[in-house]
Amino acid sequence: MRRPAPRIVVIGIGNADRGDDAAGPALLDRLRGRLPVHVELIEQRGESTALLAQLQDAGAAYLIDACRSGRPPGTVRRIDALASSLPRDGHHCSTHGFGVSQALELARALGLLPGRCVVYCIEGASYDPGAPLSAPVRMAIDTLAARLIAEIGA
Amino acid sequence: MPTRTIRVDTLARVEGEGALKVVIRDGAVESAQLRIFEPPRLFEALLRGRAYTEAPDITARICGICPVAYQMSAVHAMENALGVTVAGPLRDLRRLLYCGEWIESHTLHITMLHAPDFLGYDGAIAMARDHGDAVRRGLALKKAGNDIMTVLGGREIHPINVRVGGFYRAPRKRELAALAGRLERARDAALEMVRWTSGFEFPDRERDYTFVALRHPEEYPFNEGRIVSNRGLDIPAADYEANFAQMQVARSTALHSRLREGGSYLTGPLARYHLNFDRLSPIAREAARAAGLGRSCTNPYRSIVVRAVEVLYACDEALRIIGRYEEPDEAAVTLEPRAASGLAATEAPRGLLYHRYRLDAGGTITEARIVPPTSQNQAAIEEDLASLIGGFLELPQDALRNRCEQTVRNYDPCISCATHFLRLESVRL
Repeated sequence: MRRPAPRIVVIGIGNADRGDDAAGPALLDRLRGRLPVHVELIEQRGESTALLAQLQDAGAAYLIDACRSGRPPGTVRRIDALASSLPRDGHHCSTHGFGVSQALELARALGLLPGRCVVYCIEGASYDPGAPLSAPVRMAIDTLAARLIAEIGA
Repeated sequence: MPTRTIRVDTLARVEGEGALKVVIRDGAVESAQLRIFEPPRLFEALLRGRAYTEAPDITARICGICPVAYQMSAVHAMENALGVTVAGPLRDLRRLLYCGEWIESHTLHITMLHAPDFLGYDGAIAMARDHGDAVRRGLALKKAGNDIMTVLGGREIHPINVRVGGFYRAPRKRELAALAGRLERARDAALEMVRWTSGFEFPDRERDYTFVALRHPEEYPFNEGRIVSNRGLDIPAADYEANFAQMQVARSTALHSRLREGGSYLTGPLARYHLNFDRLSPIAREAARAAGLGRSCTNPYRSIVVRAVEVLYACDEALRIIGRYEEPDEAAVTLEPRAASGLAATEAPRGLLYHRYRLDAGGTITEARIVPPTSQNQAAIEEDLASLIGGFLELPQDALRNRCEQTVRNYDPCISCATHFLRLESVRL
């Protein structure tokens, strides 16, 4: 009997109505129909325990999140969560101060991190309510979509 | 007398931004003040000019932890204004949604925010390395709450399925039945969480609180009931403002509440438990007794156990509701706008949440009043610090600071709601 293949999840984190915070969900839109069917695309608004639940039984997870680290808008950073922690400041989302980086650290402490766990951080320019994606972030998303298709689809 | 200063720039594991200042003079606590500097959020003004139908979705945005509480107080207040009572399965579904929120909110606070205080950790991540089973159990429990919210509310936070009059879509019977197995496991996990928290070491401190909570003839309160206290108060929600005053204090962007006859009061788990022990389900009452709680608990540090009992109750109640659910004919009752005023109080996880609205003939909101539980509890938090911390002054500096923070977290304060809160500053003179 063949064991089911481990889940591969791509999790776009962010609020679609808050300017560049929509980078994660917008990237999922670029990926739809372009990845193998067994790859799950999950939109996540940053509720950290729900994020933990999604990581729990995944074999590989790719997280896409907007960040604010002071780098130029549109800068994309790739962080191997198995090798290093996420910088805390750039990914704050307030559910009692328990955000994405803390969720990943909790998953690490509990041994719940998938065997492959990569975080792509897209530096945002504006997080104003109702604002569209900024031009640098739009460009970054297009480039990152192609990169992810190559990385996951291969 | 040497002067010592304890300062924590940001009090962690609470929602919102604020500070705490404790002044210790000649070895005694002289004053304790919560300084809330989260900017005013102006929701009451934001609601003016909006349609009555928008209130549940706008007020839900006051809080990412307890949006259902805001939605419930809003819909009940609007229905009160428009002369409609929602009964039957729709009423049950509202209680079920509240169960989901209590499970989510309380479990997050118990496991991630408050338990580290009792077990000597800086936070949940450090605690998880040594107490992994307890944290995994908490995560599974919280997920059960999330599941209720997702099935009934459309998503785990800020539900999008609540409307004045009922819901946009009532769940199918099989959708709720699918939750039952997960909730039975959650109920077992909640029972374990009661046992786990009851084994913590609690400071031996009691306070003679004025407890204020809703009380319903038959149910542990969520959406309905008279406002009662352990000092003889027994009023309908319509008399709330005649009995409770809100006032500005310079140190806080959140209004403080007092009883009009004078004195602070306490809302939330300890108050609900004291005033409604007999309304808990048998399994919750028995778990409370086994955990060493009497019919009343006046030690604020044991509030973590009472919260766990309420999680157990919420799981049990959710299963009861799901077991008897019959799909309603309509997902909502029809309402006709009219010039009217309406109000309601419901039990948010942190305590009593009061809403009052005035509508014009077209249903546009012309006035809104929202009194959240943390706002009401601020005075009691300050009094706890002033009266309880004096017994801990022999503690080393860091331990005293931690004890102050733990004391504030007894309340699971939601500062974002109340400013609509924390840095700790302790000055010894």
